Amino acid sequence: MKLTINGREHDYQGEPDRPLLWYLREDLKLTGTKYGCGVAACGACTVLVDGRPMRACVTPASSLEGMKITTIEGLDGAAGKAVQQAWAELDVVQCGWCQSGQIMTAAALLTANPKPSEQQINDGLSGNICRCAAYHRIRGAVARASDIMGA
Amino acid sequence: MADDMTFTPSRRLVLQVIGLGAAGFAVGCGVNTGAAAGGEKLMLNPFVKVGADNTVTVLIKHIEFGQGVSTGLTTIVAEEMDADWSQMRFEHAPAEVPTYGNFAFGGAVQGTGGSTAIANSWDQLRRAGAAAKAMLASAAAAKWNVDVASVSVANGVVTSGSRRATFGELAADAATVAAPDPASLTLKDPSQFRLIGKEGNAGGVARRLDGAGKIDGSAIYAMDYHPQGVLTAVIARSPRFGGKVSAVDDAAAKAVAGVTDVIQISNGVAVVATNYWAAKKGRDALNITWDNSAAENRSSEKMFADYRATLARPGYEARKEGRGAAALTGAGRTVTADFDFPYLAHASMEPLNCVVEYKPGESCVIHSGSQMPTVDQAVAAQILELPLTQVKVNTYIAGGSFGRRATADGDLLTEAAQIAKALNGRAPVKLMWSREDDIRTGKYRPMAIHRMSGRVNGGKIEAWGDRTALQSIMEGTPFLPPGAPDVSAIEGGNDVPYAIPNISVDVHFVKNPVSVLWWRSVGHTHTAYAKEHFLDMLAKEIGRDPVELRRELLAGHPRELGVLNLAAEKAGWGTPLAAGPDGTKRARGAAVHKSFESYVAEVVEVTVQADGRYSVDRVVCAVDCGVVINPDIVRAQMEGGIGYGLSSILGEAVTLQDGAPAQSNFFDYNVLRIAQMPTIETHIVASAEAPTGVGEPGVPVIGPAVANALFAATGKTFTKLPIGMRV
Repeated sequence: MKLTINGREHDYQGEPDRPLLWYLREDLKLTGTKYGCGVAACGACTVLVDGRPMRACVTPASSLEGMKITTIEGLDGAAGKAVQQAWAELDVVQCGWCQSGQIMTAAALLTANPKPSEQQINDGLSGNICRCAAYHRIRGAVARASDIMGA
Repeated sequence: MADDMTFTPSRRLVLQVIGLGAAGFAVGCGVNTGAAAGGEKLMLNPFVKVGADNTVTVLIKHIEFGQGVSTGLTTIVAEEMDADWSQMRFEHAPAEVPTYGNFAFGGAVQGTGGSTAIANSWDQLRRAGAAAKAMLASAAAAKWNVDVASVSVANGVVTSGSRRATFGELAADAATVAAPDPASLTLKDPSQFRLIGKEGNAGGVARRLDGAGKIDGSAIYAMDYHPQGVLTAVIARSPRFGGKVSAVDDAAAKAVAGVTDVIQISNGVAVVATNYWAAKKGRDALNITWDNSAAENRSSEKMFADYRATLARPGYEARKEGRGAAALTGAGRTVTADFDFPYLAHASMEPLNCVVEYKPGESCVIHSGSQMPTVDQAVAAQILELPLTQVKVNTYIAGGSFGRRATADGDLLTEAAQIAKALNGRAPVKLMWSREDDIRTGKYRPMAIHRMSGRVNGGKIEAWGDRTALQSIMEGTPFLPPGAPDVSAIEGGNDVPYAIPNISVDVHFVKNPVSVLWWRSVGHTHTAYAKEHFLDMLAKEIGRDPVELRRELLAGHPRELGVLNLAAEKAGWGTPLAAGPDGTKRARGAAVHKSFESYVAEVVEVTVQADGRYSVDRVVCAVDCGVVINPDIVRAQMEGGIGYGLSSILGEAVTLQDGAPAQSNFFDYNVLRIAQMPTIETHIVASAEAPTGVGEPGVPVIGPAVANALFAATGKTFTKLPIGMRV
């Protein structure tokens, strides 16, 4: 069956229950999407499906035919670029394992709501765990990205 | 070796650097490391490679797992070498001692931990950078036939009169120059620093070297290494600590599509498959009977009761001032409180994993986020019966550790090497730990009880007692001589700095099969909490302001006083605190603590609602870590340490139910989320002291500062951790 990932078509032949996460990482070598928990509790595996954040660790690859899948490697658009620029300006990252998920979620948040309040940023990213607790800078970077988009 | 993971850098470090320096710099001089992508890179010394492409690559002997050493260590070299920041790169050094040994670990072990990276590398890397610069200048002088005194080096460019060459243009020639005697090198005066201690990105000053790849998803961690034909293994381990395999029925596991092997190893049963999902399903289908006769079968409640029973007797005396414990009874009033701390999991975002590429009788290449490369190398060599020289360790950036990746017994490679051996080199083996494995398989911060006692009389604290029951982390490891007491278990408590005339610190070492390990800031995680919160309890007994009392009791401790006063001033301690919404109470709390030779004070503001829910709103942090390499990384490590410490005291605990951990993933092991993160302001004390670490020192202070603020707001004390979501 055909899967569209970052604008390219792939022919998925694997098990029907195999989560998209492992197909991305092991078969396609798109390793930017990370494994953190396997139960959709941490957000490290966040990808966009038709622009909406989804957890690749619990979403079977076989359920995504006909949908547009975007991973961190294919992140584009005004929000995505602003988020990545803000992340660099503020030196947000520490260990980095959660950061692909944080960035994907932030990009989706800003696409839907370009001027979020601090409360909305907290709510929007509440599903993304960062054990390095770079949260102070993540919050600042989402606000900065919003400014970049508005400029 | 010294009593614990802390050490005093200056004297021992200098002797070791001078002693090892000559050998260290002679090795590798002139060795061409071979063509790398984009051209040749020439090794000028074990820490510096210069490429024909004009990049300068620093080989870092410590692992980058978020704490920023890839930037910090590289900055030190770039400074003394007078390189341009934009040309700097880093890579992890191979496993090799003594070349890449950590002086804080005695030099014979290569590894990261105890917040020692910058401290033990400071002089060594300054000399490595200066030596590389001297070799480039000598090469230019020879090439241009001028006196080396006429040669200048600045921003990666070497000049003499009108002559000019980049580092890249001189690299091949420089690699043939004899390495200078390290003791002869002139190091910069701090007034000459262009990079060290400087803020901002202007002029190419340190933006994190590992940032770009972590932002665009291209950074490669060990788990991302997936070679052709690799088989993936997951292991079923005993649900109870000390349990053993009694019987295995693997028929259903072997029937899962993709499963290739089921192998029993020393600590469980491995299922090997063509991909992770198949291996996981295979493991789920195993039917194992466990022998729990030697296992821990108690629940946490019973364990705490048993620990508490030991506190009735004196333990090993780690500190006695004045009359010690005898002074705890007498005039005035004696206050006692038991502080209970649970087991904690590290729960780094990247669960453990590694790849082992084994050729029987020949070689082994390990791919891992290795925090102790020479331990991993030795363990694999022993199990695979290979000479050390044939075991290569490729260290990758890692998704956090907080101590979990540093095991004296090399637990991860012990498992992986056994599987590789059983497969006899048929394919590369990737061992994957799931999140459940990570939370349930131990190596926890030890559970502990501190029985704190204080006698106050006439407005003074006359006696202080701190008796702890807990497991030793170092016992049975090469870090502690056999039979020696592990005083590191109560580091931060045994050296309590307060001017109290009678002090007693003693400890009971408890044994049980639950595995324990250093967890970011180790003993300080519980000693600092008990010490600082209990001090506020005593302050209230004698009607003293907690900060003002600390100022009095810290006379003669200028660096503790320095951070305490700075944090208090910046937080506005003593001035009115802005009120919260109707029905809420707000208060401040303070704590100060020295760990790993750095000094940190934190003042926090909390808001408590009528129903007991609370928020930590703001943290003002002051840190004294000696000379600062990258101020922004110091701030980031304070922020991260505060968040990590806060997470533990708010909601984290691994509890045992009939000996088995009751928690298994992030839905029941509750870690900090973004909404709980306060705003943080960090102030760095200007210092010319030797640089000390920042990875851990922010962690132990936040817990008691929050407890003290909640105490001020509510009158309640918080002696049972985690505090939870309501007070």
